[in-house]
Amino acid sequence: MADPMKIRAQLKGDVTEIRVLMGHAMETGQRKDAAGATVPAHFIQSMTVDVGGKRVVDGQIGTSVSRNPVFGFKMKGAKVGDKVVVSWVDNKGDKRSDEAAVA
Amino acid sequence: MNIASSGLRLLSCTAALALSLSVAAQTKDPNAEFEKFRAEMEESNPAELFEVKGEELWKARRGPKNVSLAESCDLGQGVGKVEAAYVKMPRYFADADAVMDAERRIVWCMVEKQGFKFDDIAKKPFQGGNDNNAPEITNLVTYVASGSRNMKFDIPLGDPKVRDAFETGKAMAAYRAGPYDFSCNTCHGVDGKRIRMQNLPNLATPEGAIKGVQGWPGYRMTGGVMLTSQWRMNDCFRQQRFPEPKYASQTITNLLTYMSGNSNGQMYKGPGIKR
Amino acid sequence: MNTTRRTVLKGATASGVLAGLIAAGALRPTQVLAADWNKTAFEAKDTAGALKGIGAGAPAESKDLMLKVPDIAENGAVVPVDVVSSIPNTSSIAILVEKNPQPLSAQFDFANGAVAEVSARLKMGQTSLVKAVAKADGKFYTAQKEVKVTVGGCGG
Repeated sequence: MADPMKIRAQLKGDVTEIRVLMGHAMETGQRKDAAGATVPAHFIQSMTVDVGGKRVVDGQIGTSVSRNPVFGFKMKGAKVGDKVVVSWVDNKGDKRSDEAAVA
Repeated sequence: MNIASSGLRLLSCTAALALSLSVAAQTKDPNAEFEKFRAEMEESNPAELFEVKGEELWKARRGPKNVSLAESCDLGQGVGKVEAAYVKMPRYFADADAVMDAERRIVWCMVEKQGFKFDDIAKKPFQGGNDNNAPEITNLVTYVASGSRNMKFDIPLGDPKVRDAFETGKAMAAYRAGPYDFSCNTCHGVDGKRIRMQNLPNLATPEGAIKGVQGWPGYRMTGGVMLTSQWRMNDCFRQQRFPEPKYASQTITNLLTYMSGNSNGQMYKGPGIKR
Repeated sequence: MNTTRRTVLKGATASGVLAGLIAAGALRPTQVLAADWNKTAFEAKDTAGALKGIGAGAPAESKDLMLKVPDIAENGAVVPVDVVSSIPNTSSIAILVEKNPQPLSAQFDFANGAVAEVSARLKMGQTSLVKAVAKADGKFYTAQKEVKVTVGGCGG
């Protein structure tokens, strides 16, 4: 079961700042463990951000993104209370979806 | 001399010390940039992921005695109370008849109140680079530390037992041993020392001591692991080529009491982020 | 037999089939994300290949594309990168790390009020140029900055 994300969505003036912290190993597939065996690639490949039911960001992610990724986005047109849903899918098909409200 | 290869990194840590003064004269100090960078990273700190797990563990009924730490563990502010507990440790606990730092106290509670075995916890107390998860004790320490976010260090140095631990820690910091004849003070007892790009705080001073305790427990970017000050002390011993200190021992508590005592009155910002 | 499944399996590379199914409401967008991953671009071993993979070809340098990165990364494992595009109608931003084994790090498409701005934390294997590529009105623009990655001293 993947770790829950930490999502922060703050309305400042007319811009909503969204920050999301995801828990994921983001293994590139090039690292070797202590025994010398290659750790298989395991990384988030795609993510989406929906606000108030509308798709705002559609992201594709590669192996150069850090472990426990953090992303920041901005948008206009949201109101306090709007639902922000962030979802991701990784290369093994694991997925996670979490939500927060615009504050 | 190639000091870049990781195999030589440990040795060169010490060799580079001798070169640090000459290097400093030629290059700009990037530490201001690093401080800015760390402040930005702290805004969305992966440590929060471990904090969440720690909270669940604190509140869950676990162990052979099926009791939660929330209902049984006194960190010095009352049973189950996490707020302001971290910055007021190390402190003396009568029920254990010992001065204890936060991690040692939580381990004590897990053993005495929940019925866990110390050896099971001590077997692997620190997250390794290949571990996807941190040990439970690390998550718990992170949660407890978060309860002192933006509070000032306030350990009871007036308590004779705590003062005793402080003075012992201070003496230990000056104690030279190991094949390099290092003491803690060799790196951390004077102003202005540096190893490559990392400034080494002078732990004997308030300004330096807070840098030593600030940010622990911390998410270490190298390896993407969550680590505590127990780990930091263990790693210092390794870098000095000292024998490995016993996990959650009085030795570590004494050193942490010395550093925390010198930090009294200064702000603790909660779980941090480290190189 | 589930005809939707059969159609999807047969038309695995036919994005038209998938698009049709999404439009028909038979497939929710989140279910097809993995299939859409731009493998060619992400697995390209150099910048040129990555740019080709996202259709960028030869992007024009633009001063309206701002890249904020540290001059020196304390740790190459986590380098914060901020990209802000003031180019009108920016619909997507991609970020590349030139000297990484697979330079394309991420690509984001914006819609429905999203501001053309994104921040991410990237792994950098060595000192390298970090490049941002923005797509606006079908054209591609780029900006770049160098980030020095150091071998650390003692991590305290």
